[in-house]
Amino acid sequence: MSVTRSERKVPKFGARYILEARIRGMMKFFWVIVAVAILNPLLYLISIGLGVGTLISNNIGPQGIDGVSYLTFIAPALLASSAIQGAMDEVVFPTMDGFKWGKVFFGMNSTPQTGADIAGGVFLGAMVRTVLSVGVYSVILYLFGAMDSPHSYLAVPIAIFAGASFGAVMLAFASYVHNEDMFFTIVGRFIVGPMFLFSGTFYPLDTLPIALQFFGWISPLWHATELGRYATYGHSISGAMIGVHILFMAVMLVVGLKIAFRQFQKRLTK
Amino acid sequence: MKTSRAVAIAERRVGQPGERYYAGRARAVMERSFIAFRSSTWLIILSGFLEPVMYLFSFGYGVGKFIGDIDPGTGTMISYAAFIAPGLLATSAMNGAIYDSTWNVFFKMNESRLYHGMLATSLGPMDVALGEIGWALLRGFIYATGFTIVVAPLGLIPSWWGVLAIPSAVLIAFGFASLGMAVTSYFKSYQQMGFINIALLPIFLFSGSFYPLTVFPGWMQGVIKVFPLWHAIELIRGLTLGVVNAGMLTHVAYFLVMIICGLFFTTRRLNALFMR
Amino acid sequence: MSENLIEVRGLTKKYGDFVAVNGIDFHVQKSESFGFLGPNGAGKSTTMRIIAATSQRTSGEVSVLGKDPEIQGPQIRAHLGVVPQQDNLDAQLTVSENLYIYGRYFGLPSKFIKSKINDLLEFAQLEEKRDVKVEALSGGMKRRLTIARSLVSEPDILILDEPTTGLDPQARHILWDRLFRLKEDGITLLITTHYMDEAEQLCDRLMVMDKGSIMAEGSPAALIKKYSTKEVLEVRFGSDRNAEMAPAMQQLCERIEVLPDRILLYSDDAEAVLESIVAGGNHPNTSLVRRSSLEDVFLRLTGRSLIE
Repeated sequence: MSVTRSERKVPKFGARYILEARIRGMMKFFWVIVAVAILNPLLYLISIGLGVGTLISNNIGPQGIDGVSYLTFIAPALLASSAIQGAMDEVVFPTMDGFKWGKVFFGMNSTPQTGADIAGGVFLGAMVRTVLSVGVYSVILYLFGAMDSPHSYLAVPIAIFAGASFGAVMLAFASYVHNEDMFFTIVGRFIVGPMFLFSGTFYPLDTLPIALQFFGWISPLWHATELGRYATYGHSISGAMIGVHILFMAVMLVVGLKIAFRQFQKRLTK
Repeated sequence: MKTSRAVAIAERRVGQPGERYYAGRARAVMERSFIAFRSSTWLIILSGFLEPVMYLFSFGYGVGKFIGDIDPGTGTMISYAAFIAPGLLATSAMNGAIYDSTWNVFFKMNESRLYHGMLATSLGPMDVALGEIGWALLRGFIYATGFTIVVAPLGLIPSWWGVLAIPSAVLIAFGFASLGMAVTSYFKSYQQMGFINIALLPIFLFSGSFYPLTVFPGWMQGVIKVFPLWHAIELIRGLTLGVVNAGMLTHVAYFLVMIICGLFFTTRRLNALFMR
Repeated sequence: MSENLIEVRGLTKKYGDFVAVNGIDFHVQKSESFGFLGPNGAGKSTTMRIIAATSQRTSGEVSVLGKDPEIQGPQIRAHLGVVPQQDNLDAQLTVSENLYIYGRYFGLPSKFIKSKINDLLEFAQLEEKRDVKVEALSGGMKRRLTIARSLVSEPDILILDEPTTGLDPQARHILWDRLFRLKEDGITLLITTHYMDEAEQLCDRLMVMDKGSIMAEGSPAALIKKYSTKEVLEVRFGSDRNAEMAPAMQQLCERIEVLPDRILLYSDDAEAVLESIVAGGNHPNTSLVRRSSLEDVFLRLTGRSLIE
C-alpha cells in the first residue's frame, strides 16, 4: 500500500468534491439544461412579452405599465424566475435522490464527507446551473433590448442572489422530506406556481387585492423583481425598500443553509 | 385438473379478436389507480383544480386589467378573462393527461416495475394502456367539471354550448394521453424525458391561450395551427363563446387521429417491451 | 399416471447476436417441483419468462398446459403464479390492497378475493401488517407477500425466480417451509436458484444450466451420485501455495479441483485422504471433510464455481 496511515487526511472544504460529483451528474443532462436555458427565455419573451405585450399596448399604449414596454417590464422578473427555477430543480432532485431514491448521500457520508459538505456541494452545484442559465438569459434579454440602461448588468447578480436564497430554503425543505409525492405537489402547486403568478411578475403587485399581495411580500421573486426593475429601467423604489429586499433574501439564504447543513447531518447519522 | 376461477374467466375470451393483447379488463387497471389515489391526501386531489384557476386569476384579472376587452375574432368584444378561460381549460386537460401518461408511466415502467407485475397476470398490454389512459380521462373529466363550475358563475362561459366543453376536454385529454404514453414507451432515460417538457413549452405558450393568433405574423400563425393545443383551444373557445360551426369538426377529427395513432403505437410498443 | 404440464423442445432465445438459451429440451410433470440451477446469465430466467408467456422465443416449441404461450399468453398466465426475481409489489398500496388488486387483474370478483385475503395473510405471516404500506416491509416480508400474491388466483403452476436471493438465513427457512406446504398441496413448482442447498431442499428434479445449455438433469441425489464422489476433502495451504501442492496429492483421490483459495479432493473416504496427506509430511492450514453437494456437480460439469 503506497499511502501510509499518517499521510491520510480529511480533505479541507469537502464540498468541492461533492460539487464535482454534482457537475458530473448534471453533465449527463447537458443538452436538456442548455435547451432549457436558451428556449425558456426565447419562448417566454416572444409569447408573453410580445404577444400579451401587443394586447396591452393596443389598449393602453406602448408604455402603459411603469412607463416602459411590456417586454422591459417583465424581463427582470423572468430573469429572476429562471434563476429560482433552475436553482430549485438542482437542489430538490439531487436531495431526493441522495436520501431516498438512490441513497447516494449515504455512500458519500461513508467517506470523510460530512452532512454539511454534502449539503454545501449540492447547493454549489445548483449555483453553477443558476449562473449558467442567468448568463444565457441575460444575453438574450440584451439582444431583445430589455437591458439597455447603464446599470442593467446589476440585474444579473440580483437574479443569482434570488436563486441562491430560494435554493437554500428548498434544500432545507427537501432534506426533511420522506413522502415525495406530497412534497412535489406542495412545492409545484402551492409554492412555485403561486409565486410565479402572484409576485408582480406580469403586472405591478399593487394591482392585486391586498390579500393576494401577501404572496408577493414573502416571495423572493418579488423582492428580486423590484430590485431588478430598479436596475434595468430605474423603477422607483425607496432606499429603505432596497435594504428590505436585500435583507429578506439574505435572511432566506443564511437560515436556509443553516437548517439544511444541520438536517443533512442529522438525517445521515440517524 | 380442477379449473380455477381465474382460468375460467380467462377462457371466456378465447377466440375473441385480439385475445393475445386484450383481456377486456382495463377497468382492473383503473381500479388500481383509484385505490392508490384514494389513499393520497385531499391536498394532492385539490391541487389539480388549482393550477388553471390560479392562471385565470393572475392573467385574466391581473393582466386583464391592462388589456381590457378584446375581440376573439368573432367581431364581438369579450373580457380578457372570458377569452383565456377556455384556453386554460384546454391547457389543463393537456397538462393533466400528459403528466399522467408520461412521467407517471415512465416511473411505473422503469422504477416501480408495476406493469411487469400486471403483465404477469392474465392481463394483456392493451388492458394496461387503456386502463392507464382511462384513469387519466376520468381524472381529466372531474377536473374539467370542477373548473367549469368555478368559471361559469363568473360569467366567463356566456353560451350554453359551453356544456359541451367538458366532453371536449375529455376528448382532448384522450388525445394527449395516448400520444404521451406512446412517446414515453419509446423513451429510456430521464434525459429523453426532459425533452418532453421542453417540447411542451412552446405548445403551451403559443397555442393561443393568452392572445388571439393575429398578434403574430402569418407564417407563425401557420406553424401554430399545426399544434394540437391550438385545435383544442379553438374547439373549446368556440363552444364556451357559442360560436359554433361545422368547421369545428376538423378539430375533433384531429384528436380522433391522435387517439388512434397513440393507442396503436402504445400497444405495439408495450407488447415489444414486455414480451422481450 | 404422470401428466406433462410443460413441454419444451429445441427452445432457443437470442437477443441480437447473443444466444441466451441454446436449443434446450425438457418437460415438467404435474405436481413436480422442478429446479433450474446455474450461475447468473445461464439462461434460467429467460427460460422461465418464456414459459410464463412474458417473453417471445426465437425458435423451438413450447407447450404449457397444451397451449402455446406465444398465442394464448393471457390464458396461460391465468394458470400461473409468478414470483419475479425483483419484487414488483405496488409500493403505493397496503399489504391487503396489493393482494386484492392482483386478484382483480385476473378478473376475480371482489367478494371472492376478500374471502381469500385472510388466508393469504396468514400463509405469509403478515396478518399484523395488513394495512401497512408495502414500503415499510422487510425484504423477507416482501418476498412472502409476493408469494402470497401469486397464490390469489389459485394457480396450477408457481414460478419462482430466485426466491431467497438476498434474504437472511432465518427468512430463507421460513420461505422454504411455505414452499413445502404448497408442494404438499400439489402445486407444480418451477424454481430457479443458484443456491445448492435450496435446490437440494426444494426440488424433486433439477436441470443444471450453463451458457444457455442444459449440462445435466436428474434428482439432486442422482446428480451427485453420477457426477461426484460420496465425500469431499477441502484443504487450504494459502493462496500462494495451493497450485504448487496439488500435483503431489493427485494420486490420493479420484479427482482433484484446484480453486484459487482451496483444493478439493474427491473420494469416497475423504478422512483417509487427509490422513495420507498428513502422513506425507504436508500440513494444510485448514481442512474440512464434507459430503458431496450440487456445488461439486456444477464444478465438475462446468469447471467453474456456481457463485463467483
